[in-house]
Amino acid sequence: MTALPRPLSEPLFRAGPAPLGWPRMVLSGWWYQLKMQAQSGFTVLVALIQPLIFASIAMADQQAGNRTLPLLYYALGAGIMGIWSTVVFGCGGALNWQRHQGMLEPLVIAPAPFVLVLLGITLGTASVGLYAMAATLLWGWLVFGAHLHFANLPAFALAVVATVVALGLLGLVLGSSFVLYRNSNALSNALEYPVWLVCGLLVPLSLLPGWTHPLAYVLAPTWGVEALRAAAIGGNPWLPLLWCGVASIAYLGLGVVLVRNVERLSRIHATLTFQ
Amino acid sequence: MPRDQQSIGEFAIEVDQLWRTYRTTTGTLRRHRLEIEAVRGISLRVEPGELFGLLGPNGAGKTTTIRVLCTLLLPTSGKVRVRGVDVVEHAREVRRQIGYVFGGDRGLYDRLSAIDNLRYFADLYALEPRRQRQRIEEVLELVGLEGRGRERVEGFARGMRQRLHLARGLLHDPPVLFFDEPTIGVDPVGAREVRQVISDLAKAGKTILLTTHYMFEADSLCDRIAVIAKGKIVAQGTPQQLKAGVRVGTVIEIEAYGVPERTVQRIRDLPEVDSVATEEREQAQLLTVQAREGSQLTGRLLQLLEGVRVERIAAREPTLEDAYVALVTAE
Repeated sequence: MTALPRPLSEPLFRAGPAPLGWPRMVLSGWWYQLKMQAQSGFTVLVALIQPLIFASIAMADQQAGNRTLPLLYYALGAGIMGIWSTVVFGCGGALNWQRHQGMLEPLVIAPAPFVLVLLGITLGTASVGLYAMAATLLWGWLVFGAHLHFANLPAFALAVVATVVALGLLGLVLGSSFVLYRNSNALSNALEYPVWLVCGLLVPLSLLPGWTHPLAYVLAPTWGVEALRAAAIGGNPWLPLLWCGVASIAYLGLGVVLVRNVERLSRIHATLTFQ
Repeated sequence: MPRDQQSIGEFAIEVDQLWRTYRTTTGTLRRHRLEIEAVRGISLRVEPGELFGLLGPNGAGKTTTIRVLCTLLLPTSGKVRVRGVDVVEHAREVRRQIGYVFGGDRGLYDRLSAIDNLRYFADLYALEPRRQRQRIEEVLELVGLEGRGRERVEGFARGMRQRLHLARGLLHDPPVLFFDEPTIGVDPVGAREVRQVISDLAKAGKTILLTTHYMFEADSLCDRIAVIAKGKIVAQGTPQQLKAGVRVGTVIEIEAYGVPERTVQRIRDLPEVDSVATEEREQAQLLTVQAREGSQLTGRLLQLLEGVRVERIAAREPTLEDAYVALVTAE
């Protein structure tokens, strides 16, 4: 070890109002979360293997049953399933893992608003789900001969980004409760399958009972998959994209309120560490 | 303006009548609510530039106190201020001014390199991006991790992890530093280096609050010490004042095998005995008996230990650690 670093004569903190540093805080969290999760065999397997199995079943069923919907329809649904699985497991698992690693305390102590810290983590987690999207499309093309022709490629790219952001923000809403409850993994398991079904990821919404529709409309995967399918197969992707944006803003607002509340409750109930 | 005008410049850390209660439940079918008073009316004041030690056994309330000061926990009651800023009302302002270094090998991203760990926190502390690289190099050099920054943390030994904790705590150059058992589990050479850094930081004018199990560590580093036991401060002063204020009489060490708890209790019940500490040493037990000065206890102790295999019994000079044990067991 050496002598102390020279005293800091000029301010070390970023000049100007705090919000100037906020995008960098989120981007930094997103990047390092993505970097860590991309190195995790478990996360990559969850994102890859499971959607491939479901995509295979759905596409084999489509071929055997001579259904009218193209294979790409099912491949995209399976891709979103993968992103959703990564978000629910990632948010529950990542935050519990952070608690196990003793990371929640240093993250909370940092003067960055905790909602931005969590947002970086959940956006990074959702981005890992892109593995699933790429894998199911590639799998459909290689094994089942799905035509990877995109009717509106720029809209498709925008829909991918919008869906990942919306799911990351939905992850923020879930993640805020995951911080508070130590056994949040159990909650993750319970949330995975119902959302696959309700949002019409593999079965069209029109085939589901009417009472499930309001639930589907408030969940971003519904609009994300609709936008992706419209951009890829043909149709109007802009309306579902708009709803995806509206849902994202609503999730962000709800997330800010929840995270503030959760941060206060965790200071009361001492839930940041395993004791 | 969050600062309490009366406090500016007077104290770096102020704790007035701090109480902290944890509520929990026990039982599987019949749930019972349980209240644990971890901290019971602690008051202390730390001057700017002072190195203050909180010394106490496990569960005494040291970590709870430091967590309240670091804004991780809300107090159940009482007033807590850091540099005149209330930790409840203005947590974010407090967070900009403090660094928190805790012991153990957790609290780092194992899959990231040391530099990435520090870069992430540099962003969370909103450090000027153009100065981050230089500052990270400086703190890594300070803690002796120069040249190791690009390695993943998962390959780091415990001592190296502890140094990285230290580097992270210093990254934003905070005026107030909290060290929670910073040398726990670190090898003697590494621990000495960590102590040297803490000492240098104090000389550089930082206000430091340090919790530790180790009497010698507190003695060698701290300007003042508060001994805490069962959530209360049982003694407070300079190391010299504490040593002078505690009367430690005769100390008898007994190394024996299979001493029943009732025998330990009988020894404890002897009128001359102030305290009995037991320590497991592989197969054997080490009993440290503190008794009043001039007590002739060896014969009576051997009588009480009849039927127990006694390997060694000897009286020795009291140490600083005995003084500390006397304080915390008197509660």
